[in-house]
Amino acid sequence: MACSLRLNLGRFDMWSRTHFSGALAFLAAAVTAPALPAWLVSLATIAFANAFVVLGLVILWRAGLVPFGQALFYAIGAYSVALIGRYTGLRDAFLMLAVAAASAGIVAFLGGYLLARYRDIFFAMLSLAMSMILYGVLVKTQTLGSTDGFHVETPTFLGYAPRGQALNLAIFWLVLGLSAVAALLVRLYFRSVAGMLAVPVRDNEIRLEFLGISVTRLIHLKLVISGVLAGTGGALAAFAIAHVDPNMAYWTTSGGFVFVTILAGTSSVAAAFVGSFVFELVRSIAVDILPGAWQIILGSVLLLTILFLPEGLGSVLSRFKRRAPAVAP
Amino acid sequence: MLTAFAILADGLVYGAYLFIVAIGLTLIFGVMKILNVAHGSFYAFGAYGAAAAVGVYFDKGWPVAGGFLLMALAAMLIGLAIGLVLERGILRIVYGKDEVVVVLVTYAAFLILEDVLVLVWGTDSYPAYQPLAAAGSFDVGALVLSGYDMGLIVLAVALAAASHWALKYTRHGRLLTVVMFDQETAAAFGINVTVVFTLTFVLGAMLGALGGAVMAPKISVTPGIGVEVIVLAFAVVVIGGLGSIEGALIGALIVGLCRAAAVHLVPQLELFVIYAVMAVVLVFRPYGLLTQAQPRKI
Repeated sequence: MACSLRLNLGRFDMWSRTHFSGALAFLAAAVTAPALPAWLVSLATIAFANAFVVLGLVILWRAGLVPFGQALFYAIGAYSVALIGRYTGLRDAFLMLAVAAASAGIVAFLGGYLLARYRDIFFAMLSLAMSMILYGVLVKTQTLGSTDGFHVETPTFLGYAPRGQALNLAIFWLVLGLSAVAALLVRLYFRSVAGMLAVPVRDNEIRLEFLGISVTRLIHLKLVISGVLAGTGGALAAFAIAHVDPNMAYWTTSGGFVFVTILAGTSSVAAAFVGSFVFELVRSIAVDILPGAWQIILGSVLLLTILFLPEGLGSVLSRFKRRAPAVAP
Repeated sequence: MLTAFAILADGLVYGAYLFIVAIGLTLIFGVMKILNVAHGSFYAFGAYGAAAAVGVYFDKGWPVAGGFLLMALAAMLIGLAIGLVLERGILRIVYGKDEVVVVLVTYAAFLILEDVLVLVWGTDSYPAYQPLAAAGSFDVGALVLSGYDMGLIVLAVALAAASHWALKYTRHGRLLTVVMFDQETAAAFGINVTVVFTLTFVLGAMLGALGGAVMAPKISVTPGIGVEVIVLAFAVVVIGGLGSIEGALIGALIVGLCRAAAVHLVPQLELFVIYAVMAVVLVFRPYGLLTQAQPRKI
């Protein structure tokens, strides 16, 4: 990965203001968590864990790539955590997360040599095939729990071993803290040269090649980043659900992530988290009021988003931002 | 030797079924450049429609041949209705948008149709074994072949031959080929592309529903069958080359034979092998086996 990650530190004020409001939002969520109802905390935990995957999709989407198999890395992250719990004595959440993220990253790096050469529908189909291969292996392997999957051991946090609602809160704080880190890093990446080249890749990659930039390498880097993010998200989801099963690698899971990305839009990092939260909220409300027909609501929301809000919820956010008074450069 | 023969027989039957399902998908992609996720719903609706119709018909004890006809007719009528509603109601609005966005629109339609299916027919499974029993079976050496399976192969071959003849030797087929190559030129020469699109989509939907109908007696018709079949159909058409009917035939044969070989030799690899073949084909022939590589546009 020889792509330069030099930062563009101009316009520091706008940049730090966004950070300030982001930090405020995260702090508010962290402080109010113990007072919130348990269902809302677990919903937000899952939503933010999935937002990691969505962040990875946003990175690829900006370059015009839509993976239909991101569940591959999600499932690798989740199964890594579950397998460590099953076959070793390790229980530390941070260590498990590191292993999960690294395994997903390694698979993304190796798979990237293939995937980075593909575009459009062929990219989508090859990543779909890869995730379905993993699904096929998981479903048919008895030692990996087959179709039922298996239980994830309760993690500890640097020696702290909570139970019950305290555990749920601890996982929530872990997810929240990591979300803040990931949001910051991805934002830095978007500001870097490699990140900013995403739009030129989408618009006309041959011109980029003529400028002496390796598009394949750029996309390979994006694939690894999105793989690590998806692996982390999968690991966090495994902690939150305390169970893994092959459906985590199925194409409908990937489809769900693409759905959230459309809903969130690719304009900003915050949108991934807001979009993921809105999606989980819509889904749980839909399941609650119309248990037999929640997919109708979900499908309609997706359709309406594509038709009337093609840039996603994020475009609403940035529309507000534009109305704010201009800051002198 | 017996195993080899069994693999060949099973592979051909499974391949025939895959081809019947995939031909509609590849036709729609070839003409409209839409990768239609809702094809899984057409399949599921066809299967339910056929199962319901067959259940009523065979209870009355009427002649068997009529049952087969009714099965196909019921499914294709449902396909016609849903296809028309989907194309005129939703897809028409998003023509010209990005390929991937249109995929997502069909994904939304798929989600909605999945629940409509449950609302109409409930979550119970529908048995439709009667046609399978009525077709009987016969022995070839030590193997027992089902008459229904042989019928499936005949139907697939007939569909392949009919589509080949229609595309190559009829006026409308030639016009369709023109639209496949270049919509704008076709429109400039006076072909009504809008009508061609609607007809193609409806025809594709009817073929998808027919695929579900012929499969209904062989499976348990339950919610979720569309979810499974759509990725299989994707694998078939991607292997052969998106938009190519000959490609779908070859893809269906390859997937069918590979799966049958896995089932008989290493059952653990059943699902793995299908997508592994798809990945390998994409690695060496990104556009599928029968499609020409596209030059990069500057």
